[in-house]
Amino acid sequence: MNDERRTIRVTINGQVFERAVAPNLLLSDFIRHEAELTGTHVGCEHGVCGACTILYESQPARSCLMLAVQADGARLETIESLAKGDALHPLQTAFWEKHGLQCGYCTPGILMTMKAFLAETPNPSEAEIRVALSGNLCRCTGYQQIVEAVRHAAALLSAARVAP
Amino acid sequence: MSTRLIGERVKRREDRRLLTGTAQFIDDIHLPNMAHAAVLRSPHAKARILRIDASKALALPGVLAVLTHEDLGAANDPMPLLNQDRGFIYPRTHRAFAPGQVRFVGEAVALVVAESRYRAEDALELIEVDYAPSQAAVDVMAAAKSGAPLVHDDTDSNIACRTTNGRGDVDAAFAKADIVIREELRPERGAAQPMETRGCVAQYDTSSDSLMVWDTTQAPVSARGLIAAKLGMPEANVTVIAPDVGGGFGVKIMLLYPEELLIPFAARRLKRPVKWIEDRREHFLGSNHERLMVHKVELAARKDGTLLGLKDVFYYDSGAYCPYGPINAECAQGILPGPYKIPAIHTEYIAVYTNTPIVSPYRGAGMPHGNFVMETVMNRLAERLGLDPVELRRRNLVTPADCPYDGGTVFQYGSRLIHRDCDYPALLAKLLAAIDYDGFRQAQPGWRAKGLHKGIGIGCYVEGTGIPPYEGMEVRVEPTGFVTVTTGYPSQGQGHQTTLIQVVAETLGVEPEMVNVQAGRTDRFAWGVGTFASRAAVVGCTAALKATRRVRQRALDLAADHLEAAASDLDIVRGRVELKGVPEIGVSLGELAALANPIITLEPGVEPGLRAIDYHRPEGATFSSGMHGLIVEVDIETGMVKIERYVVVHDCGVMINPLIVEGQILGAIAQGLGGTFYEKLVFDEAGQLLTTTFMDYLIPTAMEIPHIEIHHLDRPSSLNPLGVKGVGEGGVMPVAPAFAAAIEDALRLYDARINAFPFGPPDILAMIEGRAR
Repeated sequence: MNDERRTIRVTINGQVFERAVAPNLLLSDFIRHEAELTGTHVGCEHGVCGACTILYESQPARSCLMLAVQADGARLETIESLAKGDALHPLQTAFWEKHGLQCGYCTPGILMTMKAFLAETPNPSEAEIRVALSGNLCRCTGYQQIVEAVRHAAALLSAARVAP
Repeated sequence: MSTRLIGERVKRREDRRLLTGTAQFIDDIHLPNMAHAAVLRSPHAKARILRIDASKALALPGVLAVLTHEDLGAANDPMPLLNQDRGFIYPRTHRAFAPGQVRFVGEAVALVVAESRYRAEDALELIEVDYAPSQAAVDVMAAAKSGAPLVHDDTDSNIACRTTNGRGDVDAAFAKADIVIREELRPERGAAQPMETRGCVAQYDTSSDSLMVWDTTQAPVSARGLIAAKLGMPEANVTVIAPDVGGGFGVKIMLLYPEELLIPFAARRLKRPVKWIEDRREHFLGSNHERLMVHKVELAARKDGTLLGLKDVFYYDSGAYCPYGPINAECAQGILPGPYKIPAIHTEYIAVYTNTPIVSPYRGAGMPHGNFVMETVMNRLAERLGLDPVELRRRNLVTPADCPYDGGTVFQYGSRLIHRDCDYPALLAKLLAAIDYDGFRQAQPGWRAKGLHKGIGIGCYVEGTGIPPYEGMEVRVEPTGFVTVTTGYPSQGQGHQTTLIQVVAETLGVEPEMVNVQAGRTDRFAWGVGTFASRAAVVGCTAALKATRRVRQRALDLAADHLEAAASDLDIVRGRVELKGVPEIGVSLGELAALANPIITLEPGVEPGLRAIDYHRPEGATFSSGMHGLIVEVDIETGMVKIERYVVVHDCGVMINPLIVEGQILGAIAQGLGGTFYEKLVFDEAGQLLTTTFMDYLIPTAMEIPHIEIHHLDRPSSLNPLGVKGVGEGGVMPVAPAFAAAIEDALRLYDARINAFPFGPPDILAMIEGRAR
């Protein structure tokens, strides 16, 4: 319960956030309340539900299982980085078209997980998609429309790659 | 005529902000100078509180206040009883803080407010509470016995309520029966577990003595009324806003949870905004549970399978209080007969207090339990008669020729289970064809011969939906041409904005882009009940339809005057009232809205504005129906079950948006599968909940939920002008009995019996090994 502070520099979505933080501050709380990027959600704070998933040096990571001080010097990406202005990312478009979300609370974590997954697996099977989704809990959708959305996103992304 | 939108797979208006991280959930609300709260919860299931000493916590820098029972005064009086069941013996409701006595692990004892949540949690550990624990009543059947430890000391038994219902001469029916099936069936405890926990933010404005409360509630209007009453404030000075809410499924209505009162109380006392966000462990302990019942059921039939009578006496675990009344029990018996004709029915439910968290509705509100009971005894009867379960059902279904047919039970709000606008034989035929039932039965002996344990199960249900009393809607055309739709009930992910836009835009004759919805804010629309019981489409969309029709007529009348034409010669096309056949003669709705709100004169007796408010007050519930079928293969070495096919046929009446309907069904089935195979809340003998993380309470992932095929049979309801019946909860209902039936069918050689859910691989292995031994 001391008031020690450590100054950290974290790059989130290309912007540098330099803050003096308590050593016990969770990275998820740093992102949400210090950087004020509230699109990353917290569902369980014990690393199971995946709602707080961000990209940490391009890899999906649970931001509730890390301390902010551990991210000193790191480059993070959050849901706010996905759309470019008004132009949605193909993942976002696909989730919209296929009704891949209901309450939307788990959605940011799923989208960030799937961004990394589709970068590594551009043409996934349904079974591969389901394995890739298995670290993210969704209580609303029953996953089926999420699976369809991811498959659709893969198609949109590959179409964008071959487009001139 | 206008663009067709009702019935179309319209993409949701809600989604852009949810997909881009710009939605506003409760923890996204940040106010200047905001303080943060944490709740001290009882570590004992039953104890007297001898002393609370908060001095060390208050001495911690950054701690602003510690509130206990004594600070609240009259605000800590018992919460209201929401449903006055006629069988109540001892109605007991909770308070914000347990005064002097705690009755479950997790019950709120004190609230810390501090400069940060971290500091508030640190301070919780410094509050000293002396408890005198005593033996708790934990198991429902033990608690129901005389001499059990009492949950409430001012009673002489833990029986909260005992209510009987029925029709016909049940004793005579059983006397003439050829066969009577008797079973004891036990749906275990579970919980809704939305991905967003609960939370509350309150801000007090001294100059106007008013409160703004952001609350993860499914019923903001009711919450506003209770907060105002408890705090002794005019309702007009309290605004409750349900922001984006991350799933509800019933657990986000309680009226009130302690924190919904404590946070506004603290904000007013400290004159600072206060935020409280529940963590997941708190959600397991401090939010309501559902499900545990013990049914002693008897089914009487003739040897040809004709049902004669049904008796169901069941115990319902209410938890430590019963603020809802035993609503889940009432709903369970209300739909108990399902789609079958049963001439004589007797039910009795006994609600029992236990030293466990409060039980209130979770998706289906007891209906999945009732359905498990009925479908399971049907399967046992079929087995005894040597009939295929499908054939037994075929012989007892209510048919369209029977309708309207009184099913013999009474659902919520005195709604008799009247079968109408339905075709159960057609549902069954569609299901059997889709799953190729006959083909499976023909192939099954061959699989058995090869040592493959495959089984098929079906489940049939009728779901009570769209319950009274009412919802209201204002539809207002602005001079800008935008149409604003305002209502009291909020959304927790069901896509209400989208479906309301579809109804209003098509009915009025405007482009959907011109329609906006404001919902779940008591400062915008102060009347309404809430989002639960599959009622938003039935009650809310019907109110929207009625209000929109009045706005449309007013627009046509205004345009008739303006254009000097007969209203009957006019139509509204894309926001413009036009002379039929001469579209260049017309006037826009926006211009009419300006004309309807004149600066100079307004005719006597005419209300200003191009707008209308209307309400829908259904006389009783509507009823939806459906049937599920699944094919499983059981691995007898591991007890693991693979679902090979899962087929749904359902009838929710007219579908406003099939995309959303399918989403509701798929999500409900996933919750049903979770509750059937994975999710169980486990208490120890002292009443400690042992499952308080997602590592202990297993919510299914994308790996566990199979692909689900959905077939629609939409028979319009005659009870409302849209023809809708409601769809939110039904998908849960037959999952457990159909799944159990499929496993029993797969393990026929082992004489497997599933009398409780959830059942998992260990239970299945035990059944297999029990036979083998």
